[in-house]
Amino acid sequence: MIQFAASEFLPALPEIFLAAAALALLILGVFQGDKSAREIAWLSVAALVVTFALVAMPLHARGTDRLVSFYGLFITDGFGAFSKMLVIAGSAFSIILSMRYNEQEGIARPEYPVLILLATTGMLLMISSNDLISLYVSFELQSLALYVCAAFQRDSLRSTEAGLKYFVLGALASGMLLYGSSMVYGFAGSTSFDTLSHAFQDGGTVSIGLIIGIVLIAVGLAFKSSAVPFHMWTPDVYEGAPTPVTAFFSVAPKIAALALFVRVMIGPFGGLGAEWQQVIWFISVASMLLGAFAAINQTNIKRLMAYSSIGHVGYALIGLASNSAGGIRGILVYLSIYLFMSVGTFAVILCMRRQGKLVEGIADLAGLSRTNPGMALALAIFMFSMAGIPPLAGFFAKLYIFLAAIDAHLYALAIIGVLSSVVGAFYYLRIVKLMYFDEPAEPFDRPVPREVQAVMLVSALVVLFFFVWPTMLVDGADAVAAALFAG
Amino acid sequence: MAVATVLQAICFYAFSGIAVASAVMVISARNPVHSVLFLILAFFNAAGLFVLLGAEFLAMILVIVYVGAVAVLFLFVVMMLDINFVALRQGALQYLPVGALVGLILFVELVLVFGAWTISPELTAASGAATPALTEMSNTAALGSILYTKYVYVFQVAGLILLVAMIGAIVLTLRSRDGVRRQKIAQQVGRRREDAVEVVKVRPGQGI
Repeated sequence: MIQFAASEFLPALPEIFLAAAALALLILGVFQGDKSAREIAWLSVAALVVTFALVAMPLHARGTDRLVSFYGLFITDGFGAFSKMLVIAGSAFSIILSMRYNEQEGIARPEYPVLILLATTGMLLMISSNDLISLYVSFELQSLALYVCAAFQRDSLRSTEAGLKYFVLGALASGMLLYGSSMVYGFAGSTSFDTLSHAFQDGGTVSIGLIIGIVLIAVGLAFKSSAVPFHMWTPDVYEGAPTPVTAFFSVAPKIAALALFVRVMIGPFGGLGAEWQQVIWFISVASMLLGAFAAINQTNIKRLMAYSSIGHVGYALIGLASNSAGGIRGILVYLSIYLFMSVGTFAVILCMRRQGKLVEGIADLAGLSRTNPGMALALAIFMFSMAGIPPLAGFFAKLYIFLAAIDAHLYALAIIGVLSSVVGAFYYLRIVKLMYFDEPAEPFDRPVPREVQAVMLVSALVVLFFFVWPTMLVDGADAVAAALFAG
Repeated sequence: MAVATVLQAICFYAFSGIAVASAVMVISARNPVHSVLFLILAFFNAAGLFVLLGAEFLAMILVIVYVGAVAVLFLFVVMMLDINFVALRQGALQYLPVGALVGLILFVELVLVFGAWTISPELTAASGAATPALTEMSNTAALGSILYTKYVYVFQVAGLILLVAMIGAIVLTLRSRDGVRRQKIAQQVGRRREDAVEVVKVRPGQGI
C-alpha cells in the first residue's frame, strides 16, 4: 500500500498555496463581479508575495538542497528556487502594472489576475518538473493560461488575433515537444530525468532517434522562449496583446522557459552535451543577430521590445551553450537583471497615453525629457542598461555571460555576442536621442498612476545601483549553479 | 484454440479495415455531417481494436470521451455554424504537392529512425517495470491504482488545465449584453392599480 506523508507534499507547498489562492480568488471574483477587479488584483499580488516567501524560505530543507518528491515527478533545488523567485517577481510586477490599464481600457475583470496566478503556477511547476510527463503537463498549464491572457481584450481585433496566433503556433510547439518526448521515451526507455541522466552520465548509447527527440524537445522550448528560428509569433503577439500582457509575456514566461531549458538540457541530457551544444549555439547566434538587426527598422515600441527580447534570449542562451556552472550562473544573473530592465521599460510604455488613448510609436517619445523629465530619465537608464553600458546592470549581465563563453572556449560565440550588442546599442540609443535631443511631441497624460511610478522607480534603482552590491545576486546564482552540476 | 485465433484475426482485420476506410471517408466525404458520422464510426472501430488488445478500459474511455463528447461537439459545430466547407477545401488541392513532399520526407526519416530502434541497454533494466498479470488485476483497477498514487501530481495538474480551459472559454465568450429585458417578479407583484391604470375622460370631438 502506498502512503503519502506530509513530507511528500511539503516541497510543493508554494505551488499548492498559489493554486489554492487562485481558486479562492476566482470564487471571490465570481461572487463580487467586475467591480472587485482591483481588490482581486491586489490580493493576487499578496498571494504572490506569500508564495515568494514560501519559495525563499523552504520549510523542509536548505535552499540549495536537492529534493525529489511525488514519485520522482517533482524536484525542488536551489536552481529551481532561484528561478521561481524571478518568475514570481515578474508576475507580481505585471499584475501591478495591469490594474490601471485594464480599468482605462474597460477590461478590468477579476479573471485576469486569476489567470496570471494560474499561469504562474504552471511556470513554477515547469521549473520543478523532473519527468517528461510533468514537464508537458505544467507546460500546457502555463501555455493555456497565456493564450487566454493574449486574447483578453476580446473586443479588440488585434488582441484576438494575437491570442489566436499564439494558440495555433503554441499548439504546434506543444506537439513538437510531445513528439520529442515520445521519441526520447521510445529510444531511452524512461521519462524520468533521474533515470535518463543516470543512463547518459558518460555518453551512453546514443541512437539517432534519441537525438531527434532531444532536438524536438529543444524546438518546443525554443518556441516558448521565442528564440530564433521559432520566434515568428513574438512580434505579432507582443504588438497585438494588451500592453500589460506583453509586459508579462516578456518576463515571467520567458524566464520560466529558459529555466526549463536549462533544467532539461543540463539534467537528463547533461551527459550528451556534445549532441545539443551545437543546436543551442546556433539558436543563440541566430537570436542575437536577428534581435539586433530586425529591431532597427521598427517604429512600434512594443514590436521593438519583442525583437529586443529575442536578442536577450540569444545572450542568455550563450550561458546554456557553454554547458558549465559559470554559464548557468550567467543565465541566472542575466535573467534577474533582464527582469528589472524589462518591467521598468514596460512601466514607461504603459504611461504613453494621449487624451486617454494609448500611443505605441517610438516617435511619440520625442522630447520626453522636456515634457516629463523623470520618465525620460528612467527610460534612458533602462535603454543604456539594455545596450550594456557600464556601470549599469545590463553591462554586468552581459559580462558574466561572455566570461562563461570564454571559459568554455566558445570564442566565436562571445565575439558575435559583443558585435551584435554593438548593433543593438544603436536602436536603444536612438530612443535616448529621441527623448533628449528632438523637438518635444505632445506631452503624455498626467498624472502617472502611483503604482506604475513605484515599479518604474524600483526597477530604475535596481538597474542603476546594481554595481554597488552585485555579490548578493552573483554569489547566490553561483551557489545554485554549482549545485545543479554537482547533483 | 484455433477457432478463437481465427476469430480474433477476423475481428482484427474487420475492425482495422473499417477504421481505415471510414478515416478515408472522413476527409473525402462532401457533406461535413457525413464526415463527422464517419469519424464516429472510426472511433468505434478503434475502440474495438482496444478490446481485442485486452484494454477494455481504454476502449470504454474512447467511446465515452471521443464519441460521446468530442464527436457530438463536432457535429454541433458543423450543423450550427454556417461554415462553407467546400470553399475551405478548395485551396487544399494546390498545396497538395508541397504537403505530399513534406510528408514523404518525414516518412523516409521516420523509417530511417525506427530502422535503428534500440532501447539504450543501460535502461532496459529500468524500463522493465512490473506489470501485473491480467488475471490478477483488471486494467481499470491497475490504471486507477497508478493514477491516484504515482501520477497523482500529474492528475491534479491536468485538472488545473481543464479549469483554465473553462475559465478561458467563459472569459472570452460570455457577454453581459445591455438592453436585455429580464423578468422582475418583485416589481410585477409590487405594481398597484394606480400605477398601471389611468382613467382619461375624453370629451366628445376633442380627442386626447
